[in-house]
Amino acid sequence: MSTKFENISYRIRRFDPERDTAPHWEEYRVPYTPGMTVLEGLWKVKELHSPTLAWRSSCRMGVCGSCGMLINGKPRLACNTQIAELSSDTVVVAPLPNFDIVRDLVPELAPMFASHQALMPYVIREDVEEREHPTNEFFQSAHELEHYLQFTYCIKCGCCMAACPTFATDALYSGPMPLGQAHRYNSDTRDGGFAARKQMLVGEPGPWRCHYAGECSRVCPKGVDPAKAIQLMKRELVFDYLGLHKTKCPANVAGKPTDGKRRDNIPEAPPHTV
Amino acid sequence: MMRDQKLWAWHLIAGAVILVLLGVHMLTMHMEGVIRIQSLNPASVEHVDKDRVPQTRDQKSDEEDIHPIDWANVRARGVRTLYMASYIFLLGAALFHGLYGLRNILFELNPAVWLRKTLSALLLLLGLGLFVYGAWAAVMARAIARAWKA
Repeated sequence: MSTKFENISYRIRRFDPERDTAPHWEEYRVPYTPGMTVLEGLWKVKELHSPTLAWRSSCRMGVCGSCGMLINGKPRLACNTQIAELSSDTVVVAPLPNFDIVRDLVPELAPMFASHQALMPYVIREDVEEREHPTNEFFQSAHELEHYLQFTYCIKCGCCMAACPTFATDALYSGPMPLGQAHRYNSDTRDGGFAARKQMLVGEPGPWRCHYAGECSRVCPKGVDPAKAIQLMKRELVFDYLGLHKTKCPANVAGKPTDGKRRDNIPEAPPHTV
Repeated sequence: MMRDQKLWAWHLIAGAVILVLLGVHMLTMHMEGVIRIQSLNPASVEHVDKDRVPQTRDQKSDEEDIHPIDWANVRARGVRTLYMASYIFLLGAALFHGLYGLRNILFELNPAVWLRKTLSALLLLLGLGLFVYGAWAAVMARAIARAWKA
């Protein structure tokens, strides 16, 4: 699309719980510069028209996951979306759907993180002492890493949750992000927490209501495929019910190399600071 | 707590059962001209003149052909216990698969917890009722086929 226009319209859904009873739309014109992102445009709106406009953002480079919002009908990261790629001189911005609104473009993400936390998104091991005071790294091959690597790219922006039709209607369903992350840790060979997470996953918060619309994977700004994670998780849980699930022993601590010789030109590591 | 895990696992198993049994149905009813298996259409095979075998369906006249849906074949299958069991098996699998799918669709409408429980109970009762009725029909069909033979 040619972006020869000098100005761009921002149509923004505003809501101030202290003043408004319901969200409403407001429109602003801001100067356009080539390469401008939706987030930069929001800053222009704040600078030129409405200093009270609220949203979340931090890194400006698609890493922190703060600036997820509904842009021209699709959940995206504002910092990661060029206005030129929207094929329109009007940018329609609203807070992420399926969440309560704190103010303007700020969604209430606390329920999502509560679901995330409930599914224990961390390595669970019985050897607590080794986990808390590691003597060495846990062994994991590159092939084993490949099994879950893409799911580690999730930045918890909530775009997948906003796009999920099941999460929109089922209050008990955990949603693609928490389920994808639960699968990420279930697939990690260093983890032994499948049985603990299963307590949640076999019931209503689990993957059972997902009917594979696939919208979560379509909108993910990091190219993660949560829909796939959910289907793989269903398979694991069905195998578990049928007694076919392979219970893996968490990876052992990798032994320290014994036959290597330190080269003379490698300087000593600095002393521990903590 | 494992309710959904269990139901989903059985949903998949029922799907696999339906796939196999509907495959047998296709072989029996629609592919008889391609693959003729005696146990699927016993009367058709018995009827073929041994001197004229092999013979394709196209070469035979309609008068001498016994179709899978003809009473002779229906009765020949109906007297066999294995067929009666497969009808009941298919009925159970199809009812569970279909009604569980319907329950999932209804739950997408986000009903209240009491309504979820009510819907589950109603679908369970509906499924059990249809299963008992269908199983009774399969048993009676076998009895009728046996009586006719006698």
